[in-house]
Amino acid sequence: MELLLASAIGVFTAAGVYLVLRPRTFSVVMGLSFLTYAINFFLVSAGRLAVNMPDILAKGKELGDYADPVPPALVLTSIVISFGMTAIMVVMGVRGYFENDSDHVNITATEEMIARSRE
Amino acid sequence: MNHLLILPILLPAVIAPLLAMAVRNDIVLARVFSSAATFGLVIIGCMMVWTASDGQIRIYELGAWKAPYGIVLVLDRLSAIMVLLTACLATVVQLYSMAGWDTRGNHFYSLFHVLLMGVNGAFLTGDLFNLFVFFELLLIASYGLMVHGGGPTRFKAGLQYISINLVGSVIFLMGLGTIYSVTGTLNMAHFAERISQVPESDQALMAVGASLLLVVFSLKAALVPLHFWMPATYSNAPPPVAALFSIMSKVGVYAMIRFSDLSLLQQGGPFSALGTQLLVPCAVLTLIIGSIGVLAARSLSQQASFVGLASIGTILISFGMFTPESQAAGLYYMLHSTLAVATLFLLIDLVIVRRPGAGDGFDPQPFPQQGYLSALFFVGALFVIGLPPSSGFLGKLQILHSLRSTSEWPMLWGTILVASFVTLLGFAQTGSLVFWKSSAASKTDPHSPGENPHNELPVPDSSAKALPLAMPSVAIGVAWSLLILLMVFPGPVMSYLEATTEQLFDPQRYISAVLKPAGASEL
Repeated sequence: MELLLASAIGVFTAAGVYLVLRPRTFSVVMGLSFLTYAINFFLVSAGRLAVNMPDILAKGKELGDYADPVPPALVLTSIVISFGMTAIMVVMGVRGYFENDSDHVNITATEEMIARSRE
Repeated sequence: MNHLLILPILLPAVIAPLLAMAVRNDIVLARVFSSAATFGLVIIGCMMVWTASDGQIRIYELGAWKAPYGIVLVLDRLSAIMVLLTACLATVVQLYSMAGWDTRGNHFYSLFHVLLMGVNGAFLTGDLFNLFVFFELLLIASYGLMVHGGGPTRFKAGLQYISINLVGSVIFLMGLGTIYSVTGTLNMAHFAERISQVPESDQALMAVGASLLLVVFSLKAALVPLHFWMPATYSNAPPPVAALFSIMSKVGVYAMIRFSDLSLLQQGGPFSALGTQLLVPCAVLTLIIGSIGVLAARSLSQQASFVGLASIGTILISFGMFTPESQAAGLYYMLHSTLAVATLFLLIDLVIVRRPGAGDGFDPQPFPQQGYLSALFFVGALFVIGLPPSSGFLGKLQILHSLRSTSEWPMLWGTILVASFVTLLGFAQTGSLVFWKSSAASKTDPHSPGENPHNELPVPDSSAKALPLAMPSVAIGVAWSLLILLMVFPGPVMSYLEATTEQLFDPQRYISAVLKPAGASEL
């Protein structure tokens, strides 16, 4: 269980970091999505791994016998936020592509000069 | 419970959807509502400073859930002054935007108020995860504002800005997760209480979590080496938005102060070395790179961005020394530099729109209303560089004075003074190229103004391009009168700020105010 989760977080993070560093918008968006997946798993593990445990205190259970309810709440918030962020990122990427005729993330020197002369 | 505490978050939260839905087609109504709300924030800010100045720390339990189980808002002197600063800056930007920037795209005021809600929330919250949520809120609004008005480079710069901030958010969550797994809490006061009880075996994990949080705050504050996004973002954002962004980097600075003083880096604590060994060298580098950038910038707005970077360096040097005196001086300088840098962005916008050919660059080109704008720019530069008698000079003087007690003072004094001089050189260069040389050119060649192949409208002479200056002058006048207030009454301001740092250096008061509020025993 620990190995599975840890390696999942590691693989997602590695893929995310690699893709974020790519020059094109699409890979950057994918990379950020991978990073948010990694972070969601990581937050789950922050409350310690627990299998077959109730989420809240229940009668007849020892006080130690329940899963931490806070990390799932954090994960939920983080999923919602990252979903919204990805949507914004895609919109900006598409808009940037139409404005620039290129989906490269870098601003080249010529583009900067053109922009300055247009101001 | 004092309901004043939630007003700076509630007011923008109510007004933003109203502006987006009810009055989206009527710019006059939108301006009226937005100005009224911004002015309301100033009043709330003043009331908060007034309330907080008695030295008591007030809390607001959302949904009446007791801390550490529920989320609390905390009002102390630092939060109050930051909310007031935000409101003042918002007023300046609001007045300036009414001159025309608000009509260049949709929903300007709506996003503006969402941003204010996020900033105020970040200043007031007493919960770590809530801080993350407010950070995201202000970032989402800033993404929209960043590309307000459109344009190819603006979209690309916006994309970069979003990417870097999303990576920042991921690191923030990693830090939060690590901290939660060690201490089992996300409430700042509870966390501060537990940090001293972290067992030896978890200390390393705790240090990792703390460093991750500091990395994120440094990223928001644009501390070297995490500053690369800042000049590109600020110089490509619409100038009023860039002016508003100058409070956003201060949110990072605020979070850093709050954490450092409350828990992470407190004197004698387990992680105090992180701050002094890392923060001050990075701040010195920020100052150096910022001032070199001012000299090397290729456009006016880049120059303004780099001077903003340099001011962050100065602020963080004074915070990194971790003495009450230096932090009070740093806070004073922060109040000054936020307003001064924001005003500089607005001034630059006034110059850029009047120089259609040269635009943002340094090429000498005569432009209408040159005498008036040169005078404004001169005063603005004076404030930003911190030449006497401006409030920046007083701020720097106090920082230098407070650094005398430290062992590194010769190096820090040297850096701050040389950096100020280099900044002065950079602005002297700008002044002579953009204002002085171009006025000489207009005398020799009277037909050069108005020749602009890119402009669709034929412009017969320079007077036709003269644009109204009343509203921008009012906005800049408001900012400067605030700076002059800082300059004329440094005594009362400093006594408030000294009391602020005194409060900050006594984390026990914060902890007991949040976890053991008065009257809790009766419940």
